[in-house]
Amino acid sequence: MTDQYPGYDVLAKRRTPSWNEQTRQAINGRLAIPREPRFLSPDLFAVLDAACRRIIPQPTERPPVPLAAYIDAKLFNKQSDGYRLAQMPDQGDTYRRGLAGLDEAARSQHGLGFTAIAPEAQDEVLRQAHAGKLTGGAWQGMPSKTFFEHRLLNDTVTAYYGHPTAWSEIGFGGPASPRGYVRMALNRRDPWEAAEAKPGEEARARRENDHV
Amino acid sequence: MSDPLAAPRAIQGRAPDVFREGGWVEMREFSESEAVDFVVIGTGAGGGPLITRLAEQGFSVVGFDAGPYFRPLEDFASDETAQNQLYWLDERIVDGENPIRMGGNNSGKAVGGSTVHFAMVSLRFRPEWFKSRSLLGYGADWPLDWREMWDYYGKAERALSISGPVTYPWGPKRPRYPYRAHEMNGAAEVLARGAEAMGYKWSPTPLATVSAPRGDSPPCVYRGFCRFGCSTNAKQSQLVAFIPRALAAGAEIRDLAMVGRIETGADGRATGVHYFREGRWRFQRARNVVVAGYAIETPRLLLNSANDRYPDGLANSSGLVGRNLMTQSNQAVYGSMKDEVRWNKGPPSLSITEHWNYDDRKDFFGGYCWMAQGPLPIEWVTVLTGSLGLWGEQLRERMKNYNHQVGVKMVGEMLPNENNRVTLADETDQYGLRIPRITYSWGDNDKALVAHALDKMQTSMELAGVRDTFQQVDDTNHLAGTARMGSDPRSSVVNADCRSWDIPNLWVCDGSIFPTTGGVNPSLTISAIALRTADRIKALADRGEL
Repeated sequence: MTDQYPGYDVLAKRRTPSWNEQTRQAINGRLAIPREPRFLSPDLFAVLDAACRRIIPQPTERPPVPLAAYIDAKLFNKQSDGYRLAQMPDQGDTYRRGLAGLDEAARSQHGLGFTAIAPEAQDEVLRQAHAGKLTGGAWQGMPSKTFFEHRLLNDTVTAYYGHPTAWSEIGFGGPASPRGYVRMALNRRDPWEAAEAKPGEEARARRENDHV
Repeated sequence: MSDPLAAPRAIQGRAPDVFREGGWVEMREFSESEAVDFVVIGTGAGGGPLITRLAEQGFSVVGFDAGPYFRPLEDFASDETAQNQLYWLDERIVDGENPIRMGGNNSGKAVGGSTVHFAMVSLRFRPEWFKSRSLLGYGADWPLDWREMWDYYGKAERALSISGPVTYPWGPKRPRYPYRAHEMNGAAEVLARGAEAMGYKWSPTPLATVSAPRGDSPPCVYRGFCRFGCSTNAKQSQLVAFIPRALAAGAEIRDLAMVGRIETGADGRATGVHYFREGRWRFQRARNVVVAGYAIETPRLLLNSANDRYPDGLANSSGLVGRNLMTQSNQAVYGSMKDEVRWNKGPPSLSITEHWNYDDRKDFFGGYCWMAQGPLPIEWVTVLTGSLGLWGEQLRERMKNYNHQVGVKMVGEMLPNENNRVTLADETDQYGLRIPRITYSWGDNDKALVAHALDKMQTSMELAGVRDTFQQVDDTNHLAGTARMGSDPRSSVVNADCRSWDIPNLWVCDGSIFPTTGGVNPSLTISAIALRTADRIKALADRGEL
């Protein structure tokens, strides 16, 4: 897949009027996230890391986003979503059971842990969880579908699309305070927005993206 | 920079100046041992105007908020994740057939309440909704007259400097909006095309963000992070529009102050509130207590205040405290365009059609509007995962089309149902208070309304040239009910003045008092009722009837 926004890097704007100081601090903190688990055991963290890599395959041309570390930090800091479905245990136990459940499914189907099976086999286990087909053992009655949809999938994509790497990839303008935007109509682009490469015009888009 | 979440800012005779980094304004302080005229619990769309108008009319008032006192210019990042700091994220258990997702959609925890992160959509009810039982055949009648409300809507719109069109296409005549309408973005333009293709009227949305300077508020710069806090102060939240007025009029605000129980005396009247601040429980005496914590925290507090005299909770002789919880249907239709839409620019809902709030040729009760949308990346990806079940490479590829997405989202009326309710769970929170359990199931009428809206929205998007459309079928937003107003103590919790039937010096002034919720965003109606309540309290006080 070719780069739709060649050369666009939202971080290049961090010293422009699109980023205020508190935004710089927030994003600096995000980029400096500890990579080692503080909440999950090393084994479960490895399962989480492998699952995140299948849910959001990482781009090869940009620095990878440490998705499992963000989820572990959320658990470590007890950051709630503001509600809990009645059939689910608390967030930490949800992950302990769900990740162990994925690992058990891999072992029973392939004789190897989740981290050791092939990516396609990992996808199949995740699809089974998404379909609510994994039960028993570590799940302890917790629905695997709810774990997958409400926790694992939701937290993984929330971490990825809250990261500058993803913003650059999708051409999102990113932080915009205080400068905001001026050109509001369809097909109008402010000079500090990502330029999209139309067929045959990749070089021009890249030049424009050097100056956002 | 100080951390607004670490320790209260409104102490020692001063409160934050929301318009200046590191700035302060003077604040009057009241003694805990002397009864103030009014304690108001909550500083949002209901509490904000009420605190302000009570203070301006000479009452002594202390406003409590469990959340921090932000200075937007120094505290707000331009970022979806960091701004989770604005939401009420304490644990709540949700169940029922259609559990409500709590959090950013419907709860705020800050001085200013959820108006700090609301989408600023400021609409009037259709007049008939105040008598929906007698005139339209569903729900319950309000004890309010729409003509009086029309006047208070005008007052609220002027106080919030609403930016809107010269002529609004639906409902009875209303004055022109105080500030000019905002320019439309690409997403708003596509809504207009779709509405016109359907033969519907559309309008620029009346919004509580200024289109020209107002005092210390600069015009909106179209950042598009409105739902994550306005870092420039263009948004006319309660934090910016009313609370500074309240302080100037002599009200006190106590931030990071969680009220856990309302005390009653030997005569059965409220005597004050127990609240947690700076590491310990305290007590503020008061001659009147107003609960303005919105549709979850208001009933929770009334129920948690149960005592020997009121074993079922305060103001609950009808058994209706916590019942008739309503949310609003918030389904959407999304799709792609060849055009670059870049829907993140500007306020998210710059155009609207209220057609189906005013056209009664439907085979279900209630109405709905729909508005243009501009979700930021995290919200957008959760739509794709939730509605299409995408993950893996498919999801990443689909997300790359972000700048070409477009869509419309409804705000739809759900009917009151006693079984949709807030109760207390056995678990307790960080304050030792029992947490709420929120039970919600959609009724057949709710489902019929949603199906109708999805069909019409989809047709309009297709007629506007949108491709690859899909429906987001499971979203809700806004809350109402749980302490409904009415004309009969047996079937309501408060009267038309927001005064509880059971305890004459206990009042409720927020979205909880809605008997029905209408097909528009509720904040302007909450604020208009708060302005009316302040006038009614003054009139009652003048007659010696408080």
